[in-house]
Amino acid sequence: MDWLSSHWRTVLDLAVSHLYLAGLPLVLGLVISLPFAWAAKRWRGSYAAVVTSTGLLYTIPSLALFVIMPLVLGTKILDPVNVLVAMTIYTVALLTRTVADGLLSVPDHVEQAATAMGYGALRRLFGVELPLAVPVIAAGLRVAAVSNVSIVSIASVIGVSQLGNLLVDGYRRIIWGELWTGIIACLLLALALDALILVVSRLLTPWQRTAGGRA
Amino acid sequence: MKRMTSALAIAVASIVGLTACGGGGDPLASDAPSGTTSAGSSGPIVVGGADFSESTLLAEIYAGALRAKGVDATTKTNIGSREVYLRALEDNSVQVFPEYTGALAVYYDKSYDGTDPDEVYAHVKEVIPDTLAVLEKSAAEDVDSLAVTQETADAKNLKTIEDLKGIAGDLTLAAQPEFKERPQGVVGLKKEYGITFGSFRPLTGQAVLQALVNGQADVANVFSTDPGIAANNLVVLEDTKKVFGSQNIVPLVRADKVDQVKDALNAVSAKLTTDALTQMLKKTDIDKQDPKAVAAEFLKANGLA
Amino acid sequence: MINSLLQWFTDPTNWAGADGIPHRLLQHLWYSLLAVVVAMVIALPLGLWIGHSGRGRWLVSTANSLRAVPTLGLLFAVSLWVGPIFRGDLAFLVPAVFVLLLLAVPPLLAGTYAGVEAVDPAARDAARGVGMTGWQVLRQVELPCALPLVMSGVRTAVLQVVATTTIAALIGLGGLGRYLIDGIALSDYARAAGGALLVGLLAILLEGLLALLQRRLVSPGLTGGNRAVGGRGKDSGNAPVEATDSSAGDATGSHDPRVRA
Repeated sequence: MDWLSSHWRTVLDLAVSHLYLAGLPLVLGLVISLPFAWAAKRWRGSYAAVVTSTGLLYTIPSLALFVIMPLVLGTKILDPVNVLVAMTIYTVALLTRTVADGLLSVPDHVEQAATAMGYGALRRLFGVELPLAVPVIAAGLRVAAVSNVSIVSIASVIGVSQLGNLLVDGYRRIIWGELWTGIIACLLLALALDALILVVSRLLTPWQRTAGGRA
Repeated sequence: MKRMTSALAIAVASIVGLTACGGGGDPLASDAPSGTTSAGSSGPIVVGGADFSESTLLAEIYAGALRAKGVDATTKTNIGSREVYLRALEDNSVQVFPEYTGALAVYYDKSYDGTDPDEVYAHVKEVIPDTLAVLEKSAAEDVDSLAVTQETADAKNLKTIEDLKGIAGDLTLAAQPEFKERPQGVVGLKKEYGITFGSFRPLTGQAVLQALVNGQADVANVFSTDPGIAANNLVVLEDTKKVFGSQNIVPLVRADKVDQVKDALNAVSAKLTTDALTQMLKKTDIDKQDPKAVAAEFLKANGLA
Repeated sequence: MINSLLQWFTDPTNWAGADGIPHRLLQHLWYSLLAVVVAMVIALPLGLWIGHSGRGRWLVSTANSLRAVPTLGLLFAVSLWVGPIFRGDLAFLVPAVFVLLLLAVPPLLAGTYAGVEAVDPAARDAARGVGMTGWQVLRQVELPCALPLVMSGVRTAVLQVVATTTIAALIGLGGLGRYLIDGIALSDYARAAGGALLVGLLAILLEGLLALLQRRLVSPGLTGGNRAVGGRGKDSGNAPVEATDSSAGDATGSHDPRVRA
């Protein structure tokens, strides 16, 4: 507590960077995973290939991905973009299967009804399938959010600042207050993102409440 | 089964692809300084710091002194080891870095073994790339050293590094990962003293010293300014063959920024002493004070801010 | 770049001794295996009990919420904490295995619990009807039926642990993470990329082996049905393994509950 009271300004700054590095990739990853998931649904035979190969991207160790990024992107080694892109890759890895499963969970008769009402494929995707898949997608996003917050902290090892700095510095100089502050701040950030996604998902699916069905 | 195999094949291909086929070149070896190279004597300055306390502290001192002279200076610390941060200077991610004369000399001239402070400093000026420059060196020195606990020193009768010969094979050395492959490290110890440690425990920060104190290592690479040496009653083994050389602290800056920063940083070098540094490190590492606050205190006390 | 990577892989000095690839690979597998086995010893009985008795479900959600604790911070904290306690190498091994263990437990627990819970009540009643004891029901009916989801939990846990074991190198341990940390420290790009590639390949290899193991272990009565019925339902295009795998995600609530660092 002592440590925090004299450093809250720094912690706040780092938390903002952390939120940016973990949060923006969630949005980007969701957008990128959409076409993959749509393809996996449209061509069922490709489901296993798409889902397994994107899923395996998640097995690349974060440290490895952070180091590889400048090579792939041609960026500078201390550029935060390296972390943003790496986190986006992890998000895609986690979300593609969720989004595909979410789209697949839409009952056939609903899709047929939409088609019968004259919806084209694109309008059906954005007007019917995606909204109905929101609860499943949100569940996947929550997992990705919590995962991202934890992984981003490792970027401190390659010199990109966020809450992980508190972990690394607390360890190197053996300052328990700093280390605990880092751990708890990461924890709170993860839980806050998690709650935010839950709330947004509820707001997007009012029918879930009126129907009494809970996701 | 067939489908799964093909999925795995795609996955392998994508991972290999990610690893292997990049935009090109080694990103850690980028030699083309991008960004505004013509900025000359204006624009913001980023002072870098390596992944240990002293470097962070020095970065804060440099940045504070620059700000006092009206330069828009910030710090970017924890960049890692010399092998990494020198690239960061070259690619213009940072413009100023606190460095050590002997380490720089050896980094750019692997066979260099001079030990006289002035000679080493002169040699650094010769061997560093044209894009970089060193300003005035300070009297403050911080050399790598091999330290043991008082008990180990007594039990094995150790005073100098030479005394390790013959027993090193049974000992564990704790040090930073990069120490293992540096001439001013394991490589030099083998070459000059003929000693090879039984095992190597790669650690960073205070964990190196802690491994020694907690008994997980027998010998540790500790910086000579580390307040932990006195606090834990450690014995520093004398480097009779000068493997660790002469290590005066010196600002390393991008050549195109020299005019903008030299007055402020030379003034710092003039005031910096080994004693002052050790005292400040005691505040940051033992009393856990903020490097930035300790730096500000030093600058104020010496009329630099 | 590909050249320097190839060079790194073909340099015989990188294949010998304590720093050699075989030794680092074995270390990596050893830390990972230790963590997964201990996690299984904890999570499997607990998950079976929760699923069988329907009690203690809060344990599953508590374990899941532990995922929000940053792995790196926990690793550092435990490492600093046990440093003065163990004099030898355990001071480095214990924190790493403990942190990996915490990553492996949630998917194992969730998979086992969900697997048992999802067993058709009719099958359970039938087993009781023919006079099986609670223990027999668990062993002969619930466990085999739960196996697909249990295995899915095992696969998630293993992949996560193998990837995360790399950061054990940050607190002084070996394993493939050494190549990454040392490669970064020495600005030796080929070494860092080589280490990354090795971990990726190891993960893919293990994923393949576990998928095969799952095919061998899971009763054909559970998976063969899909194949036999063939054209039924919208998921008919999926291979059985992937189909059970994706249903595992749904059943455990949070799809693919892996978090690692």
